[in-house]
Amino acid sequence: MITLQNVSKDYPTSAGPRRILSNINLTIEPGQHVGILGRNGAGKSTLVRLISGAEPPTLGTIERTMSVSWPLAFSGGVHSGLTGTDNVRFICRIYGVDFQPRLEFVKEFSELGIYMNEPVVTYSSGMRARLAFAISMTIDFDCYLIDEVLAVGDARFRERCRVELFEKRKDKAMLIVSHSHRYLQGTCDRFLLFREGSIEEYDDFREVYFQYKELLGEGFASREQMMHEMKQANG
Amino acid sequence: MLNSDAFSGALLRASPLTITRRVIGALVLRELLTRYGRNNIGFLWLFVEPMLFTLVITAFWAATRTIHGSDIPIVAFALTGYSSLIMWRNMGNRCIDALRSNLPLLYHRQVRVIDVYLSRLTLEFMAASTSFVTLALALYAMQWIPAPENALQVAGGWFLLAWFGAGLGLILGGLSEKSQVVGKLWPPFSYLLMPLSGVAFIADALPPKLQQIVLWLPMLNALEYLREGWFGSAMHAHYDIPYVVVFNLVMMLVGLSLVRQVGINTGEE
Repeated sequence: MITLQNVSKDYPTSAGPRRILSNINLTIEPGQHVGILGRNGAGKSTLVRLISGAEPPTLGTIERTMSVSWPLAFSGGVHSGLTGTDNVRFICRIYGVDFQPRLEFVKEFSELGIYMNEPVVTYSSGMRARLAFAISMTIDFDCYLIDEVLAVGDARFRERCRVELFEKRKDKAMLIVSHSHRYLQGTCDRFLLFREGSIEEYDDFREVYFQYKELLGEGFASREQMMHEMKQANG
Repeated sequence: MLNSDAFSGALLRASPLTITRRVIGALVLRELLTRYGRNNIGFLWLFVEPMLFTLVITAFWAATRTIHGSDIPIVAFALTGYSSLIMWRNMGNRCIDALRSNLPLLYHRQVRVIDVYLSRLTLEFMAASTSFVTLALALYAMQWIPAPENALQVAGGWFLLAWFGAGLGLILGGLSEKSQVVGKLWPPFSYLLMPLSGVAFIADALPPKLQQIVLWLPMLNALEYLREGWFGSAMHAHYDIPYVVVFNLVMMLVGLSLVRQVGINTGEE
């Protein structure tokens, strides 16, 4: 379980501290899939960073009784001066797990071939994303943080990521940040909408999406109108 | 297709000590690889580099017979002085901006801010110690320096210097995250400290007034203690070990507190 109690987060700016998240209360149970929507800069990624533990909250407490992943496919976690193989080795060392089977898996999944032994700095952004995602899959967490993950790679790679994550790991808790309604609709059973530093919770995707679009200033005339347009987009 | 389902048993809930040990080990190896790579002699450079520095200085002093005001064999004098300097200076320098370049590491729940500094300090300590011991053995084998009169005291002085270096590193590391100015101001300031910390003199050779002033420096006290352990019968050492211990303790506490503040304030990427 992950519990956030009265969590606020400020960032310093030249005009004084700016409150990005304000008094957030949230509990994530094992196995729950939580979708996160909100405008750019609304604090979605900040929440991910707080839950991952990369940053402490300014106020409030965060309690974790589940193991939490780093944000998936997060290329910042890959050291660009090291080779792909050395990056895998590093992750295995920190988490204290066997290196050899995981190297095999990363090699196969990322399809990087001989590039595994070249410095990451020589990779294309697609290769980097493939490596980062594959490395993310080598450690078994209770809760995965997913920040716009499916923005990486080509269609075939995205499909393989989907299988790896949402089929093989569907019992794990997940926190998913995405702008894509198709992506969230099928996967999540809870939704959080960020509005001016606080969050609103919804169980129904249609309702959260309607509110979200309105927030963006692209609101639908009615809920029926929205359903109609989504159906068309999916069809 | 290999299966990722079986990847479990990660040390996600191991004891804090086990995790810290693993993380620091991994960070040290990572730092070695990024700094020296796998080319030519690879991470042997870690201690070959300080060894070369020390050798050049030693050779220069031995050739020019630089006056250092005592009967101490010049090679032993240069070796102890320069090795000590390299250790505390590098420990300090390497901690500056250490976190700034490693922020993404904090996304891993296992890695704490202090681990980044501890790994750098460990690495520099290993480098300087290996260089010191290797050179001492080599020079002793060639009969250029005598064996230490009291090896335990030499080790004691060395650890006091390392402790000082660790405190210095934590302080500089913590301050450098607060303000970039620290990284700019420290190098010139360290150039002021270097000649005063006993690299090229022993305290006894100084005029009493100057001696009183420079003995406020804990590095000089520790170095005097170390040198007395090596060739005490050839010199009159001046030091105050309780003073060094208290000084180191205070630095350590200030450093740890600064690093803790860094942990609270990180993350405006």
